[in-house]
Amino acid sequence: MDLELMINSFPKLLSAAAITLKLLSVSLIIGLFIGLFFAILRINKNIFISKFAYGYSYVFRGTPLLVQIFIIYFGLGQIEYLRSTVLWVILKEPYWCAIIAFALNTGAYTSEILRSAFQTIKPGMIEAGKSLGISNKVIFFKIQIPIAIRQSLPAYGNEIILMMKGTSLASTVTIMDLTGVAKYIISTTFKPIEVFIVAGGIYLFMTFIIHNLIKFLEKKYSY
Amino acid sequence: MEILAFGDTGWGDELFYATLMTIAVSITAMFIGFLFALIFTPLKLSKNKFLNFIANSYTTIIRGVPELLVIYLFFFGGTGAVMFVASIFGYNEYIEINAFITGAFAIGIISGAYSTEVFRGAIQSIDKGQFEAANVLGLNKFRKFFKIILPQTLRLAIPNLSNVWQITLKDTSLISVTGLVEIMRQSYIAAGSTRDPLFFYSFAAVLYLLLTFVSMKLINRLEVRYSRGY
Repeated sequence: MDLELMINSFPKLLSAAAITLKLLSVSLIIGLFIGLFFAILRINKNIFISKFAYGYSYVFRGTPLLVQIFIIYFGLGQIEYLRSTVLWVILKEPYWCAIIAFALNTGAYTSEILRSAFQTIKPGMIEAGKSLGISNKVIFFKIQIPIAIRQSLPAYGNEIILMMKGTSLASTVTIMDLTGVAKYIISTTFKPIEVFIVAGGIYLFMTFIIHNLIKFLEKKYSY
Repeated sequence: MEILAFGDTGWGDELFYATLMTIAVSITAMFIGFLFALIFTPLKLSKNKFLNFIANSYTTIIRGVPELLVIYLFFFGGTGAVMFVASIFGYNEYIEINAFITGAFAIGIISGAYSTEVFRGAIQSIDKGQFEAANVLGLNKFRKFFKIILPQTLRLAIPNLSNVWQITLKDTSLISVTGLVEIMRQSYIAAGSTRDPLFFYSFAAVLYLLLTFVSMKLINRLEVRYSRGY
């Protein structure tokens, strides 16, 4: 055990953890909107629209996140036309490519979570709203969405933790996040166990915080 | 389509073998995972606090740390660990461990943590009366487990194990960082030499979709088989 290395690498890894958290939070926020959008498409009565949304979530859940990042980072740059558009400003940055991939990936899982939450809402709740003369829009925002949020919290908490682990793949496209820095230190010092303990400890601490935050929210919104 | 031709002119055969490699690694990893689950599930269910603690640490650490980090630990640490053990026995030459074994082991340990949780949940949800009935019938421990508990556990566990299989299959793409030529690595090589990453990575995505699709169909049949009588 090289205690000195562990102490020395701790601040470096901690500042890299900030990048991991940044990647995580930005992609979760974007992913939540994507997920909500596709969940609403999924419960649409038009079969083409709901099939389209199903196809989206099937493809993104059925392929590894690594492939998705590589397609976006290495693949899209190959299209000449894209290079001439405004989009290229975003797509040439590995940071944004990673966020796009993460957001699309977590969006697919979130849409499944929200869809099942929407579908388990008792029809009686919606009928009760209707019989009170509440408009469809208000029923959706004031009855369906709050219940769906409460029901999807446990599953969404798991998704946040899975996504946090997923952000480690950003290191494959040159981003120095927690795993990226850990790999760099390992490959320069050849002390994998020490670095693993420190980096793994930081990851576990973040998992612990997220887990308890979700538990707190579950309690707060329980009925 | 010429680019996917079999033989020297295309990448078809390379990608085909890479797909077989992905399947082989996934199955090996899943199997190693089952072995880990076989050890850790009893520890989790044990009444001994210390054994509980060991099993809980295993599942918590593995499920809370990114897969890629675990793979790096094995990739960089595996050789060192084996050489250390070998040096105790007086062998000091450099030993290189096969990328397949390292990868399958790393993914297997991850898969094992998920499998352990699945088996624990399945065994715990079996009605207590089943255990008691087996005791009353005077079945010995061995027969009680294999004839009464295991068949019911499998029925409950298969849907969740199919999730574990999907996770394991997708996780094998991460072994490409260690240089094992599976789908992802082969696509990386092909993309590099043809300068056509968009096509090859998209094709890799299609291959993974195909694998998940086919395996889901197979698992569904298994599920039907084990739900006979319900």
